[in-house]
Amino acid sequence: MLTMMQNLLKTIADLPELNYGAYNLRANGKGVQQHSTDNISITSKIGIPGIDIKVKPGAKGEVAYIPVVVTESGVNDMVYNDFEIGENADVTIIAGCGIHNDGCDASQHDGIHRFHLCPGARLKYVEKHYGEGEGTGDRILNPTTIVQMEEGSYCEMEMVQIGGVTSTMRKTDAHLGKDAKLVMTEKLLTHGSQTAHSDVTVNLDGEDAALQIISRSVAKDTSVQVFHPIAIGNTKSRAHVQCDSIIMDDARVSSIPEITANHALAQIVHEAAIGRINNEQLLKLQTFGLTEEEAETVIVNAFLD
Amino acid sequence: MLEVKNLTFHVTDGGEATILDNLSFTVPSGQITVITGPNGGGKSTLAKLIMGIERPTSGQILLDGQDITGLSITERARLGIGYAFQQPPRFKGVTVRRLLEMAHGSPLSEPACCNLLSRVGLCSQEYLKREVDASLSGGELKRIEIATLMARDVRLAIYDEPEAGIDLWSFSMLVDSFESFRTNPQQSSIIISHQERIIRLADEIIVIAGGRISAQGTQEEILPLLQGEVQNCACIQRQGGNGQC
Repeated sequence: MLTMMQNLLKTIADLPELNYGAYNLRANGKGVQQHSTDNISITSKIGIPGIDIKVKPGAKGEVAYIPVVVTESGVNDMVYNDFEIGENADVTIIAGCGIHNDGCDASQHDGIHRFHLCPGARLKYVEKHYGEGEGTGDRILNPTTIVQMEEGSYCEMEMVQIGGVTSTMRKTDAHLGKDAKLVMTEKLLTHGSQTAHSDVTVNLDGEDAALQIISRSVAKDTSVQVFHPIAIGNTKSRAHVQCDSIIMDDARVSSIPEITANHALAQIVHEAAIGRINNEQLLKLQTFGLTEEEAETVIVNAFLD
Repeated sequence: MLEVKNLTFHVTDGGEATILDNLSFTVPSGQITVITGPNGGGKSTLAKLIMGIERPTSGQILLDGQDITGLSITERARLGIGYAFQQPPRFKGVTVRRLLEMAHGSPLSEPACCNLLSRVGLCSQEYLKREVDASLSGGELKRIEIATLMARDVRLAIYDEPEAGIDLWSFSMLVDSFESFRTNPQQSSIIISHQERIIRLADEIIVIAGGRISAQGTQEEILPLLQGEVQNCACIQRQGGNGQC
């Protein structure tokens, strides 16, 4: 059990164990380990599952880890996490969920994450999702992310789902204040009969707010992916949304862009492309001595890297 | 050494046509063979047949005596054949350095990458971390393509119109790089080109027109013929196509 947990931690947080800095480890629906630093406090909520993470104003350079692992079959976990990033702080938060399900019952982790970035705050937030196990039970992850960005704040969100998750329904909702900038990168790999649905709504409310969404996905076998990014420019603002998907086998991918300008100086751009791996790419890599299968793996990995 | 014997490529897709008709020639080790001729004459098809991207209707291809006609692209690449595409593909997410390393087959030091890129007139510091995607111009992509073939240790290198889309300054560097191929007696090169400066690098010139070899020989033998054809063509254009000068 310990090794399984360490492997999951290594995959989702790039750490075999948590032993320094600010961290919170949740396993099979319960808080297991928690540690705060002078600048980042992590406390458990009372009455409902979840944690409060508060970063002091001006705190710089710290990294907080808040992974969740599920190693038992039949776990149905739900958490409410609130993040407060103080004025002019600059920190990184590594989250993520790894599920190992060897049983026949579904294991599910749902999270509602609310972020409040104070004026001038900078946050890099990385969320990796991963599923594994020999059981027939589903591995389900449904994250909801709510982001409130105040004047001059900057947020970089990297959402990665690197395989093994049976079904996911991701909802993201953000409001950007004056001069706030949100850069969101989504990377997704689905295979087998998995389904992944992502709804993203970003409101550019403050003058000169900026949004960039880069979504790259690969759909294999009979998996199904749906992207529905919505960018709404309510004032003079800029948004660029780019969704690229590689479709393979009998998979299905839908990219449903929605852009709205409620102001004449809102510049909102959306680009979307879905297509198979270009045959010329495969041929080129074969002329280096790679087999067709090796070439395909290189192209898919590079696309999602 | 490459031997091409009675190579024919016939297509039936969208109407029957013979693209290459009974071609035979030899490319000796340590030599540069330039293939030239009018557009649509079958030069790129010949390159693809040698690399294994297309399969011949009949005929044989031998590399150092081994019949490779039935081998796949991968098998031919592993035997030491390399091909720089006329129109190379782009790769989202793959950096220039990663592409060079894949071509080389193992990690490359920064100076080694720098050397390869400077041989095609690119400054490596700017390019190593860039992705081989739509952000590169056609000329940059083409030069990176040529560098990937130079990164490989091959017995036969095939360059398909390397001059296409390349500016004059980079073209000079490219010609110098091709000139240096002669220092490797184990490697032979086929360069498909319309450029006189590249044609002048050739130990042997093969002219392909209408799917056949219309002329073959040394520079001294073939260049006057090509120059005569150019003059004749210009004369035809001046006289409105009646050929009377």
